[in-house]
Amino acid sequence: MERGLPRFSARPRIGTVAKHSVLIFVAVLVAYPFYFMITSSLKDVLEAARTPPTIFPTELHPENYADAWNRAPWGRYFVNTVFVSVAVTVLELITACLAAYAFARMRFRGKGVLFTIFLATLMIPAEATLIPNYVLMSPSRNACLGLPCLGWFDSYQVQIVPFIASAFSIFLMRQFFLSIPTELSDAARIDGAGHLRFLWSIVLPLSIPALSRPDFRPVQVGLSGFRQEAGSSYHLLMAASTFVVAPIVVLFLVAQRYLVQGIARTGIRG
Amino acid sequence: MAAEVIPANVRASPRRRLPIETLQAWLFLLPAVVIIGIFKVLPAIAAFYMSLFKWDVIQGAFRGLGNYTDWLYDSPLRSPDFWRALSTTFAYVIFTVPLEMAVALILAYLLFQKMRARGLYRTLYYLPYVTSFVAAAAVFVWVFNPQYGPANAVLGLFGIGAQKWLEEPSGIFELAASAFGVTLPAWLAGPSLALLVLSLVTVWHYLGYQIVIFLAGLSNISQEFYEAARLDGASERQIFTKITLPLLSPTTFFVFTVASIGVLRSFDSVYVLTNGGPLDTTRTVTLLVFRTAFQQAQFGLGSALAFILTLVILLFTLVQFRVLGRRVQYG
Repeated sequence: MERGLPRFSARPRIGTVAKHSVLIFVAVLVAYPFYFMITSSLKDVLEAARTPPTIFPTELHPENYADAWNRAPWGRYFVNTVFVSVAVTVLELITACLAAYAFARMRFRGKGVLFTIFLATLMIPAEATLIPNYVLMSPSRNACLGLPCLGWFDSYQVQIVPFIASAFSIFLMRQFFLSIPTELSDAARIDGAGHLRFLWSIVLPLSIPALSRPDFRPVQVGLSGFRQEAGSSYHLLMAASTFVVAPIVVLFLVAQRYLVQGIARTGIRG
Repeated sequence: MAAEVIPANVRASPRRRLPIETLQAWLFLLPAVVIIGIFKVLPAIAAFYMSLFKWDVIQGAFRGLGNYTDWLYDSPLRSPDFWRALSTTFAYVIFTVPLEMAVALILAYLLFQKMRARGLYRTLYYLPYVTSFVAAAAVFVWVFNPQYGPANAVLGLFGIGAQKWLEEPSGIFELAASAFGVTLPAWLAGPSLALLVLSLVTVWHYLGYQIVIFLAGLSNISQEFYEAARLDGASERQIFTKITLPLLSPTTFFVFTVASIGVLRSFDSVYVLTNGGPLDTTRTVTLLVFRTAFQQAQFGLGSALAFILTLVILLFTLVQFRVLGRRVQYG
């Protein structure tokens, strides 16, 4: 994973400078929106709207954060977000691991057909199933093609249940399981571990990094509502965007290290 | 395995073991089958059923493939919308995919070499991918604001006049030509500047993900090829074009397929950045599905359009496999 091309002794200086210039140039382009968001969030109303924008705020206004926080029920949004994303991640991890393990390491009847159906669902754009799913969740009884509607509008389960199994995660995990050396499973077998035991104690710890992708839907919906409400108070909108983005970024930074460590420890290249 | 060798024909026959393993496997699969069945497969079947009817909120008359032909050619109201949305969607793909792949490949190639701050660059490039489009949109709408945005301030540095960016319906060729005082005919105007900005934001968002995939692909190329080439005195450029690129082609093909399907299906980016405007110049097919189904409450027509899009994506992917799949070299 961490291997690189052997370094060249010929003309290293010019090459290195050129390389870093390209990398830094792109890094500036990529990072600028973040920089703009954070600096704007600390400016006052007038300065936030100045053209061309000031590079540093002339006066720091950290109270923008308190102001933005108090304008919408952000605490609630965040609690909802944590609840929904933890529930989805944990449940999806379980369903995906089980299913992918079956596809990767077990022989059973109907495997080919089922795998094809799962793959086929990946081809269907979400928009195609959006309408029936909307109808399925609706409270009305007669609009459901003869099936009882779930009546899940404005509920937690509507944000969780449909997302706890995805063909994509199963496919991803299957590829991942196939890459786990058979020596590992043979060793486990010799030690008397069954399928479930092997899954739980060996495969699951290895696969958590691959499947963790926190979903910040409720807080995003909150932000998109706040976009309308904030109107021209861009400094407040930027403050809200900052505290919406910050937890995701922090989580990623933590998980990234964990991911690299996990790969290094097991010696399995991702 | 243990050394007490049992002859193959005496071992527990796989045929007898199969039913238990089948049962266990299906137990493992049960949760996924139930969820995907209820929320993916059944709705897909229902959507196809709905697409055969006139269906505005409640079920109406059977129309057969009428909804489909309406979009494709029959209805003077619908079919121009469809063809326009389809060409907008493909322009979106053409603006986005080649650019993001080229940039991602170059950056991955640079990052693959031993150097300072490699981890820092990689983390930085990946950040937009973990940031949601909604949060990104809030910032980008402001960055490209026609009055106050820093994008115009940068153009000003080069003496170029302010642009309306995400609010600009005029075609990019039209804008470029008018800068030189040339007026282009309408059919040469090109996709709108708003669509180009949308593509740039999309590139910004997916760049880090593609870099990671390319890095994984690069690490799968055996060092022996490089060593052999070096011994034979190959130049750095020769090594890149004759070894890295061909041996990376499975990864490149994968990224190309996934990225183009992603853009063909994309909804969030368009919805939060332009919502189809200005003057419908960024109205992609997915957005048209959304409008038809949820703003005009035409579930039948909306479902039909969603299936047409599915077929387009399928066809596009097949063509990719046929035309490009053959050129992929598996090392």
